[in-house]
Amino acid sequence: MAEALTKSREPACVARWIKVCRPEDIPELGARMIRRPGGDIAVFRNAEGECFALLDRCPHKGGPLSQGIVFGRSVVCPLHGWIVGLEDGCAEAPDTGCTRSFPVKVENGGLLLQLPD
Amino acid sequence: MNKMKLVMVGNGMAGARTLEELLKIAPDVYDITVFGAEPHANYNRILLSPVLAGEMTIKDIMLNDVDWYEKNGVTLHLNKKVAKIDRRTRKVVAADGTQAGYDRLLLATGSNPFVLPIPGAKLEGVLTYRDIGDTNVMVEAATKYEHAVVIGGGLLGLEAANGLKTRGMNVTVVHLMEWLMERQLDRTAAGMLQKSLEAKGLRFLLNTQTSEIVGGDDGRVKGVKFKDGRELGADLVVMAVGIRPNTELAESAGLHCNRGIVVNDTMQTYDPRIYAVGECVAHRGVAYGLVAPLFEMGKVCANHLAHFGIGRYAGSVISTKLKVTGIDLFSAGDFTGADGTEEIVLHDPEGGVYKRLVLKDNRIVGGVLYGDTVDSSWYLQLLRDKQDIHEIRDHLMFGQNHLGNTGHQGRNKAAEMTDPMEVCGCNGVPKGAIVRAIKEKGLFTLEDVRKHTKASSSCGSCTGLVEQLLASTVGGAYQPQQAKSKPLCACTDHTHEEVRKAIREHRLLSISAAMRFLEWRTPDGCASCRPAINYYLLCAWPHEAKDDPQSRFINERAHANIQKDGSFSVVPRMFGGVTSPDQLRRIADVADKYKIPTVKVTGGQRIDLLGVRKEDLPGVWRDLDMPSGHAYAKALRTVKTCVGSEWCRFGVQDSTNMGIELEKALWRMYAPHKVKMAVSGCPRNCAESGIKDVGVIGVDSGWEIYVAGNGGIKTEVAQFLVKVKTREEVLEYAGAFLQLYREEARYLDRTVHYVRRVGLDTIKKKIVEDADNRKALWARLQYALEGEPDPWKERAAGKDREEYQALAEPA
Repeated sequence: MAEALTKSREPACVARWIKVCRPEDIPELGARMIRRPGGDIAVFRNAEGECFALLDRCPHKGGPLSQGIVFGRSVVCPLHGWIVGLEDGCAEAPDTGCTRSFPVKVENGGLLLQLPD
Repeated sequence: MNKMKLVMVGNGMAGARTLEELLKIAPDVYDITVFGAEPHANYNRILLSPVLAGEMTIKDIMLNDVDWYEKNGVTLHLNKKVAKIDRRTRKVVAADGTQAGYDRLLLATGSNPFVLPIPGAKLEGVLTYRDIGDTNVMVEAATKYEHAVVIGGGLLGLEAANGLKTRGMNVTVVHLMEWLMERQLDRTAAGMLQKSLEAKGLRFLLNTQTSEIVGGDDGRVKGVKFKDGRELGADLVVMAVGIRPNTELAESAGLHCNRGIVVNDTMQTYDPRIYAVGECVAHRGVAYGLVAPLFEMGKVCANHLAHFGIGRYAGSVISTKLKVTGIDLFSAGDFTGADGTEEIVLHDPEGGVYKRLVLKDNRIVGGVLYGDTVDSSWYLQLLRDKQDIHEIRDHLMFGQNHLGNTGHQGRNKAAEMTDPMEVCGCNGVPKGAIVRAIKEKGLFTLEDVRKHTKASSSCGSCTGLVEQLLASTVGGAYQPQQAKSKPLCACTDHTHEEVRKAIREHRLLSISAAMRFLEWRTPDGCASCRPAINYYLLCAWPHEAKDDPQSRFINERAHANIQKDGSFSVVPRMFGGVTSPDQLRRIADVADKYKIPTVKVTGGQRIDLLGVRKEDLPGVWRDLDMPSGHAYAKALRTVKTCVGSEWCRFGVQDSTNMGIELEKALWRMYAPHKVKMAVSGCPRNCAESGIKDVGVIGVDSGWEIYVAGNGGIKTEVAQFLVKVKTREEVLEYAGAFLQLYREEARYLDRTVHYVRRVGLDTIKKKIVEDADNRKALWARLQYALEGEPDPWKERAAGKDREEYQALAEPA
């Protein structure tokens, strides 16, 4: 069990970078959603042009974060108003819980997302 | 860049609260150093009485422990009393020699309990009641000694007496005045209070002045002598005869003091580098001894220290609650009944209930409640908002109407509920959990409780109950938010009204322009203010302001209702609730084609298609070829109708066609919240016009128009606005009322909230009595709706395509 836990924490060597869209395909202060068998992913862009990617499931009751209102570096879940951090996927206190976040980068005008295999 | 240095002297509730506020809005402006004379970090002083009574422990009442200071990078010096301020070199020096330089200094030195200048005041066993140390001495004494005398029958004295009694001592309260708590209570309420405290075993000596405290050979107190010659044995004497602002340090530094450190509206002393908050200050000649005003001061002070500089402290209306278990007592404002005031009194001595409200010019100026304090928050709000009450005068005494409130088993008295009983039916929060959170997490405001427990954060129907729990747990420290001056959200200090005014008068046409002009604290607002500003812009400048889809809640952005699984529902518009075989066939075909799992008839006489994938929405709309029903929007939803005179044997008016006309004239109308209407063809009212935002009822000679009803969270019966003769008049009056609501209500207020706030009289004046204004309002609404497109038709034709398309799945 301990070994399995350690393994799952080593993303770099097995992960790959995938181009998902151009940053400007995501509306400013908005999000787009990627349907995916392992769980949909939401990609966000804020007013500063920073992009983020989270598993599209609120840590509260699984609401689609891609449908929420984005401000600063946060998104508000459309179902019950939890505020989730775009960088780490964690709910703002006093709520607790995190959804998975994925590394992103912009290269040659494309938004790349790092997905585990 | 070097940070500025902020030093705070005094580590009580006012000071620590100011720091919290400051760190919230400007965490990086200052290096902060704090000096506290007590050995403890910041604790909730108002909960010392429950500690004394054995209901809570010291640990329970800590607000900011030592870790908090460390976590926030604040240097904390405990047990160090500051002896000197050197204003020339800008530094403070503690008694032990510790020094700290400052750019800004904050004095929060609090107050000292007043010690009677009588012989024996310094004997062992004689103490005041102010801090954890005093409380511990009393708890200790209660285990060893039998007889206690409390001098002072005010709030603090009675709480001390009750605590000592609970710990098993024989307690006598000695009071100089004719009745207890004379500054908060009138004679009647004080008499009732005395009776219930006597029933708990306390004894009272009123009209009695203490002349001497007598000591025994061991140097410990053994009795008390009174001016009239009587004597009483005592092993413990507690003086609770008032407090004096602690201005010693400020005075020694040459700061102007007059019954407190004198401060201006931004909490600055005569030396503008030096601020002061809390019980030590005198603001506009008033020194406050209760917690709530201190918090208001802290907020303003933090705002100014953070260089925002918009906040002004304008004084507080204070209220009092006695924290003695089993006694419900409340007082606020001026209840002395001075010239020009009148009173409404309800007195049931047998039932133990006394309510007295003092009015002046149709406004509540003061009140005393005993035995039933359920409505204290409401009265206090009316008082603080200076609201005209003449319309509700006949039932003012019976409190806010709780009838029809659902979700908490019909209860409206929090005190009578047991801990496991559910207060918030939306989020399943029991009373016990709320009270525990208030105590353990040090919560003081409704907003705090909502954040931490979720109670009252969904539909809000239990807000009154939560307010009662706050009031009974933290006492007078709970102050309901002043509705009239409530800021729009945490991003600004401006109220809804101020924001709207700026948008109108300065022709602001975009959210960013409004935020810039009003100096928003956050770069792009939050999920509360952005939708509100977006609405205010569109309402003030139709056809000109720019709509921002990203500032709309998902339902209004996608033009469909999001469901718990992330799918959407689609409700096509059927004007007046009338449909046709052709429409029904199309609906059936769409449900088949897109495999829509549920088809349901709604409460507003429409058909709901539930479980539509977002990607399918434009196709569904194209195939339905029906207008948007706006069931997802803060907009006109439906006009519900009964059959009316065309078919019904009782109908006296053609309600169906009246409803169709209204809906055709008003659909696509956005509003501060959803708007529901109904038209009935006779007073049997089968369309339920009595619980709609605008309800129309046909009578033989015309139409009656009712407004501001609500069938939701809290059932509210609509109020009669006017009776008219013609269909054109129905359109004009209904439209004018809705435009008034659109222009004046706060975002997310339903018509019932808006009308309650401004009063039906005001509405009648503007709509019924002023024909020109009515016609102008109606014309403005028609202008706003002119050319407003059907959002579904546009999107079926390809508008905002990306909103509905997922990105391609990565390979």
